[in-house]
Amino acid sequence: MNKHISALALSLLLSVIPFSGVNAAEKTIRIGTEGAYPPFNFFNADGKLAGFDVELAQALCDKMQTKCTFVAQDWDGIIPALLAGKYDVIVASMFITEKRKLKVDFSDPYQKSAMTFVIGKDSTLTDFSPEGMDGKIIGAQGSTTQGDFLNALYPNSDIRLYPTQDAVNLDLISGRIDAQVGDMIPMLDWTKKSTDGNCCTLAGEPITDPKYVGDGVGMALRQEDDELRLKLNEALAAVIADGTYKKINDKFFSVNILTLQ
Amino acid sequence: MLELLITYAPKFFDGALMTLKLTFISVSIAALLSLPLAILRRSKNSALQLPIRLFVSFFRGTPLLAQLFLVYYGSGQFRLELTDLGLWWFFRDPLYCALFTFTLNSTAYQIEILRGALQAVSSGEIEAAVAIGMTRRLIYQKIILPHAYRIAFPALGNEVILMLKGGAIASVITLMDLMGRTRQAFSQTFDISVYFWAALFYLLITSAFVVAWRLLERRLTRHIDYHGVNNLPSTSSATMTGLNNAS
Repeated sequence: MNKHISALALSLLLSVIPFSGVNAAEKTIRIGTEGAYPPFNFFNADGKLAGFDVELAQALCDKMQTKCTFVAQDWDGIIPALLAGKYDVIVASMFITEKRKLKVDFSDPYQKSAMTFVIGKDSTLTDFSPEGMDGKIIGAQGSTTQGDFLNALYPNSDIRLYPTQDAVNLDLISGRIDAQVGDMIPMLDWTKKSTDGNCCTLAGEPITDPKYVGDGVGMALRQEDDELRLKLNEALAAVIADGTYKKINDKFFSVNILTLQ
Repeated sequence: MLELLITYAPKFFDGALMTLKLTFISVSIAALLSLPLAILRRSKNSALQLPIRLFVSFFRGTPLLAQLFLVYYGSGQFRLELTDLGLWWFFRDPLYCALFTFTLNSTAYQIEILRGALQAVSSGEIEAAVAIGMTRRLIYQKIILPHAYRIAFPALGNEVILMLKGGAIASVITLMDLMGRTRQAFSQTFDISVYFWAALFYLLITSAFVVAWRLLERRLTRHIDYHGVNNLPSTSSATMTGLNNAS
């Protein structure tokens, strides 16, 4: 009975998704990314996808000598769209977590993961423990490890979850929220490099509990696509070894994001 | 699939409460605002009429999502100015922003519904009222408004339902309504059946509302015999309608 309802719901859903043929074009690898997460993936001034994730993925494709196309997909639906066959791999700075591993397989990690609190420069907050943040408003992007972390450990804070990281940043600037939790590297980048991020600063100790930040950042694939996963791992090892990774890394970041040193 | 429902039922319930709160507060305030505005909208004085027409065309002509973004993130850009005006506490809160936007949007729609209904009140009745010397106030109270609301009633019910469903965008400004809770549950389970349950919840709410609205409508129009059966008015006007029923 249960199965029947699920199957019915699934077929209803699938009937509205235009199938683009998962294996129709074997030669081209379709890469899904968010396009709203600078500097990892974003739309540049020409309206094209750009950023660390995109350039790294392109480098991997060059290494594998295959053609790649990029697809932008909202974060909320990024795993379901992979499972529905809209693209073959997600390269969108996704943390490798146990929960996600139930649905997808991950490549080897291509970034180290950590999260951090960010506050306004005029803020007086110093204690970021759940007790210290009691009654405070904390923002984060929804459907993320940050959101899970806050929901699990900060039951007495007012947790606000936003559809995109940009929206969280906007509300931290406007002062609607007292603090936010974001991924370490983009937050570092935002507060140091952008003019609007100048308002704010990283605070507290980095959050590195593997229960929430996982085992690094990986590329996500459908569980049956082992062949592609192994090829990507191989290509990743190769671009790290030949210095291509470092070149792309240095273009976007002042620290090595593979080691966070 | 059922376990999923049981696990997330309290959250769904919270979300449904938020959805109901957003919808009914905003349509109620809009109902109060829209009547005087609809009357002014019909005035021959264009200085009164024009601003209302602009307001209505703006809110009917742009997506609710865009309006919500404008109010929420737009006001965030003017924090200092709004603080000076003593309004920031209002715009700081996502719930107030959503209520504000939804109220204005619903007001625009309700103005148009009421305007149409006011126009549809038969002029003969108004002339008759004037002829027997009723004051303007009394004419509105006894003739025009009861008629107009009866005419507008189904359309107003429709507007409430549209608002209820349109409100599903509230989660983009962090309000955890039914849709927001659903998306949250989905992101934790990746199980599409949560959307199935959400749809069922929405259907349940709208069905309950439709039934309640229909009962209300029947009560309001109890003197009018639409169907001609089993609905005979008991005493006063029995002679007139009774004759019609016989045919």
